Amino acid sequence: MRLWKSKTSRQNIITLASVVVVFTVVFFLNQGRMLSRSLSGQLVPICVYIIMALSLNLTVGILGELSLGHAGFMSIGAFSGVLAVTSLGQYIGNPILLMIVAILIGGVMAAIFGFLIGIPVLRLRGDYLAIVTLAFGEIIKNVLNCLYVTIDADGLHVAMFSGAKLPGEFIINGPQGAKVSQHLSNFGTGFVLVIVVMLIIMNFVHSKEGRAIKAIRDNPIAAESVGLNITSYKMRAFVISAAMAGMAGVLFAMNYSAIEAKKFNFNTSISVLVMVVLGGMGSLRGSIVAAIVLTVLPELLRGFDDYRMLIYAIVLILVMLLNSNPRFQQFKITAKKKVTAMFRKKEAAKK
Amino acid sequence: MKKVVSLVLVLVLMASLFAACTKSGSAESGTLKLGFIGPLTGGAAVYGNAAKNGAELAVKEINAKGGLQIELNSQDDEHDAEKSVNAYNNLMDWGMQVLVGSVTTTPCIAVAAECYKDRTFALTPSASSPAVTKDNDNVYQLCFNDPNQGRASAQYIAEKFPEAKVAIIYNNGDAYSSGIYDTFVAEAEALNVNVVSTSTCTDDTSDFSVQVADAQNAGADVCFLPIYYTPASLILNQANSVGYAPIFFGVDGMDGILTLEGFDTSLAEGVMLLTPFAADADDAATKSFVAAFQAAYGEIPNQFAADGYDCVYAIYEAFNKTGLDAGASTPDICEALIKQFSTMSFSGLTGANMTWTDGMVDKAPAAVVIKDGVYVAAD
Amino acid sequence: MAFLSNFINGLSLGSIYAIIALGYTMVYGIAKMLNFAHGDVIMVGAYVSFVSIYSLGTPPILALLISMCVCTILGVVIERLAYRPLRSAASLAVLITAIGVSYLLQNVALLIWTSNTKVFPSIVSIGSLRIGSLTVTGETIVSIITCIVIMIGLTTFTAKTKTGKAMRAVSENRQAAELMGISVNRTISVTFAIGSALAAVAGVLYCSMYPVLVPTTGSIPGIKAFTAAVLGGIGSIPGTLVGGLLLGIIEIFGRAYISQDLSDAIVFAVLIIILLVKPNGLLGKKVTEKV
Repeated sequence: MRLWKSKTSRQNIITLASVVVVFTVVFFLNQGRMLSRSLSGQLVPICVYIIMALSLNLTVGILGELSLGHAGFMSIGAFSGVLAVTSLGQYIGNPILLMIVAILIGGVMAAIFGFLIGIPVLRLRGDYLAIVTLAFGEIIKNVLNCLYVTIDADGLHVAMFSGAKLPGEFIINGPQGAKVSQHLSNFGTGFVLVIVVMLIIMNFVHSKEGRAIKAIRDNPIAAESVGLNITSYKMRAFVISAAMAGMAGVLFAMNYSAIEAKKFNFNTSISVLVMVVLGGMGSLRGSIVAAIVLTVLPELLRGFDDYRMLIYAIVLILVMLLNSNPRFQQFKITAKKKVTAMFRKKEAAKK
Repeated sequence: MKKVVSLVLVLVLMASLFAACTKSGSAESGTLKLGFIGPLTGGAAVYGNAAKNGAELAVKEINAKGGLQIELNSQDDEHDAEKSVNAYNNLMDWGMQVLVGSVTTTPCIAVAAECYKDRTFALTPSASSPAVTKDNDNVYQLCFNDPNQGRASAQYIAEKFPEAKVAIIYNNGDAYSSGIYDTFVAEAEALNVNVVSTSTCTDDTSDFSVQVADAQNAGADVCFLPIYYTPASLILNQANSVGYAPIFFGVDGMDGILTLEGFDTSLAEGVMLLTPFAADADDAATKSFVAAFQAAYGEIPNQFAADGYDCVYAIYEAFNKTGLDAGASTPDICEALIKQFSTMSFSGLTGANMTWTDGMVDKAPAAVVIKDGVYVAAD
Repeated sequence: MAFLSNFINGLSLGSIYAIIALGYTMVYGIAKMLNFAHGDVIMVGAYVSFVSIYSLGTPPILALLISMCVCTILGVVIERLAYRPLRSAASLAVLITAIGVSYLLQNVALLIWTSNTKVFPSIVSIGSLRIGSLTVTGETIVSIITCIVIMIGLTTFTAKTKTGKAMRAVSENRQAAELMGISVNRTISVTFAIGSALAAVAGVLYCSMYPVLVPTTGSIPGIKAFTAAVLGGIGSIPGTLVGGLLLGIIEIFGRAYISQDLSDAIVFAVLIIILLVKPNGLLGKKVTEKV
């Protein structure tokens, strides 16, 4: 089992195990009604943003390309999920099964769009790629705002720009968004989805594809000269990243009674990007912790009233400055050395 | 190392949230815990802050009277459904017994679902979509709802300007505006109103040259603007610069246009709107409200502020009639308030003898026209 | 006539995008960072000008100068405190810090000036020009002329003056420039100073044309200007001019002739198509990577 010996695998297993432990503890606390409403209500959003951060990390940290439109994939997943649940709800009675189907549909739709968008996007480099992802995010938002979908006995009816002539009941009502018929998300579902996403990413990163992608990130010209098909590998990472964002979108949508396209805008994309960068690019554990902290932080600051967002901004700047400060980096290295030295002493003492 | 620190931090934070939950929900006798949710930061902050200030003023006045005391806790939702639900949960942890909010429609729909689940009574000052009250028997609206305004506007225009060519400019990115637009168009068609031009904008639009030109080229005599006063001021400005002077007709979101700091009120001359509140009205209640608001916040209140003020007073009056004491549980208060609101009649700044049916308020929108920088009742 | 009217409106909107985009381009070309806080410096410039005209009663031109001074100082201070320490870090780190600065500026503005909309008094005193049924507002004329003047000024500055040449040198090869004795820190500070002064001008012009001012006023023009800069080829001054004007025209034309509901989508779709054909922007230079 060569896997277990490699350092990164060990790290991944520790991460996976920690997540499982923490989530299980929180799950039982939640079941026992021992958590405050604030935290309880945020459990599903925390899972959503963990998945978003992990999926964006695949594009930004591991593939090395800046994507500013990630919320667009979340949006596609969310709206597809709502459509799936409303139209299939009558055929699938079991809510868990319905949720799984919705998540799969949301993920697949987002993956399809990821593929279509990836074709033009992945030809570009650097800031040009970033701007095109931003553009696609805005286009998706704009188009979904003009989309009208209704349902009646004959099935689904779709129209653009005006829903006035459509028969049946509205599922998606243009700018008024989509009404979600069933609240299917809960912490258990989120928990399972987070674990699944983590496993997919860990597996991907440690496979041949993952290594190829890291090679492309570190030196695209050298990678190409060794014969790697850059576009194909980039596409794989991009599509997987999009699919996971779509699944996060479904989880998000099923947690609220209504969603609107405006929510999945540039600001949401940027919030997820901040989580990825703050957590350390390429670091799974970092993304998870950053996602949790940054989702919960604005809520914790509610006691500060008017100064809440101001303090959030200051904290963000200070953390970025601190992280890049060479003296702090030295401190981190020496601290790490001391901690590992302590563990080694314990091991030596045991023997 | 940093990650271990962060993990510890998260656990500490979680522990502190625990502590919050051990506070029980009931208030000390004599103080009612009122929650407020609205956009206090971000693009819609002007509306949320106005409503919050109005509510705060009402709470101050009520507490000064002695008797039942109210404690108001205002939380920001950044005009976002997710943050609004977070705000709601935060308020529930605090021990909120009745909710004033949310101020804007989409967040309100999300919060209304939570209120329904928890049996928390909610009165929204300004979230006007019918989706807010549909299937939520404990969520009430103080404001006209969108279909009501759309229909009333179409009827008014059909009656007063029967031969007119009508242009519409609405916000396609906003539930409020598009909600009113939908019913206006349906009613207009039924009444044979001649709509010659329809243009859209979004929350971010600042350039209205295309929309105004479209209305102008179609020769529209009346321009219907179911939008908020901030973008409306841009439209008025643009129309003025190209020499287009139709009769502009707005809805309750247009109120506030005269008090925009720095706005040239001559641009709004002749604008008609449906509004439940006029800051320059003569009656004693409005006068004292405007004076108190100006003294406390340094500006003239608009209808959002009046809505916030009325919400608090409506809840106060209804609560006193229930005979419950302030320590009652939130669900009990909810059931009692539902009984009160469905039968009582309330007179406030935004309407006299208001009654409610299925959570929606029955009050007829009154049309006013702006003459010499003040509202004058339109005939 | 309608076509001409739309064209001129597009030019006027575009010239403001161009002025804002210049700030982005200069900072990107020289400091190699995307300053997402630029849009909010515009907003600060507009507010300072507003306060100056309303509370201090200064004449519009003086208000503009005060606003330029304040923004210049603000830009230099931000660079010194938030960006310089991160100069050796990954470019994404600086981006996130810029986002933090953007939130900071918006929320400070919210606390100082509240969320109440301010109607900005136009600083342009020239009346509109009416030619037949075509109306050209004074603001349009002023912004187009200002844009051209700034463009000529900047091009001359970077070509002829010592500081300008230093800026070009740092932009091309920072280490070589340092070896030649150019103070990189000073050059970058000057760049931010100029960029922020331009932001003040853009803010005042934008709000003169669209007289609504709230703390979030700067963010959408900021994003659009960033798009314009990339469209024209980020790092290139003439490219930015072309990108800005083109973006304004596409926005207006898309709205007038294709679809109003999808006007944003159209602008971005055109951007994507152009970038596919010219991956470095319209006038961008193709950078050969050395291995």
